[in-house]
Amino acid sequence: MGRSVLPIKDSPVVMPLMPTLTAEQRALLRIADSALIHSQRLAQWCGHAPMLEEDLALSNIALDLLGQARMLYQYLATQPESPGCDEDWYAYWRNEKDFFNVSLVELPNGLTLSSGPREDYAVTLVKLFVSAAYFLPYWSALSRAPDQALAEIAQKSVKEARYHWEHAAEWMRRMGDGTPESNRRAQAALERVWPYSNEFFNDDEFDRKAKLGLTGILPSEIEPSWNQLVDPVLSEAQLKRPSPSKMLSRGKQGEHTEAFGFLLFEMQSLARQHPGALW
Amino acid sequence: MNTSTQSSAVQRSARAQQAYDLVAQVPDPEIPVVSLFDLGILRDVTDGPGGLCVILTPTYSGCPATEAIAQDVRKVLSDSGLNEARVDIKLSPAWTSDWMSVEGREKLKAYGITPPSCSAAEAQQVIALRRKISVSCPRCNSNQTEQLSNFGSTPCKSLYRCLICREPFDYFKPY
Repeated sequence: MGRSVLPIKDSPVVMPLMPTLTAEQRALLRIADSALIHSQRLAQWCGHAPMLEEDLALSNIALDLLGQARMLYQYLATQPESPGCDEDWYAYWRNEKDFFNVSLVELPNGLTLSSGPREDYAVTLVKLFVSAAYFLPYWSALSRAPDQALAEIAQKSVKEARYHWEHAAEWMRRMGDGTPESNRRAQAALERVWPYSNEFFNDDEFDRKAKLGLTGILPSEIEPSWNQLVDPVLSEAQLKRPSPSKMLSRGKQGEHTEAFGFLLFEMQSLARQHPGALW
Repeated sequence: MNTSTQSSAVQRSARAQQAYDLVAQVPDPEIPVVSLFDLGILRDVTDGPGGLCVILTPTYSGCPATEAIAQDVRKVLSDSGLNEARVDIKLSPAWTSDWMSVEGREKLKAYGITPPSCSAAEAQQVIALRRKISVSCPRCNSNQTEQLSNFGSTPCKSLYRCLICREPFDYFKPY
């Protein structure tokens, strides 16, 4: 904004490599990356949403998620394990395998990557529905986290998560209980997205270590609250809860879907082509 | 509502009080009719060995105005010779619209934005019960209004329409 300096030049920039983080920090990065990548996906609707009100809503939700990611990256940046890695470094200078978001948030806004309708609003809303039903109780639990800094970030984020959840739930009711076409598409989106919900509740050693001094809770412990939020809305919306799936995506371990590289490229290309650019 | 002047009774050094009074008047960059004090985001100004420190609590974590506000605060202080003031962002306790001042609410309404019609805690209960919050039109005061969108031009507002005078308006969300 205003007084801009845009040094477009070939300055050799040396960026730090991915630091070796502690188990706790890796667990924190999963939350931060899930917020950032979901924010980036939602922001792709900006100027494209089916109606103006939804354009505003998704942009607002994306901004909240971006803000949550920034607070967590800023927190990580103060840790001695990652010298020279500020919030921008975390967003722009890591490669695919160094991101640890849950896979669900990186899924494209349509049913498939390469064929069919490029964007499908039902898929976007189902993704938000599944993930907000996780993050609302998760942030709520984290606001009592043993780590004070994380607890403060959570106390702020839980208020935002409540609005995200309400928005997604309202749309599920509208689509499911709407026309046969809207119901069909909402159900198709549910079937497509549902198997990725397993990953949210899949604990590993990082989560178990993080529970002790940092988070105070395991992701798997959120599952009952998630069910309590999701099930009543599905039945009101006259949508069927998809049958359980054994699929386990591995975004939290840095193994991503094909769509992720494209998303990352779009997000990072400006920062990487013009290192140190200001505007 | 009575917590809006949360830190005005605190004892401060003359310099810190001067800084507090200056910062309190800084307009919000997005809704310039209200000041930082009116919004309730100015928590305190302290004066210690490290110099002056202005403590702000951001409204929404992704609100882009937060950085513009920090810049404006530094500028108003350095313009008055109070250099090298730090701006600290304090997350906890999290900001709530309950901290908005009474004057701030009146200024919002005169500007065409309906202020929060209940406390954040009440709004949560209403949302949980899926009832509607009564929101009046800032122009004709009618209660016959409808929500167009829960999200508006900034994170803190939602979009409404008056069914009597037919005008759309912004509503500052209880939060």
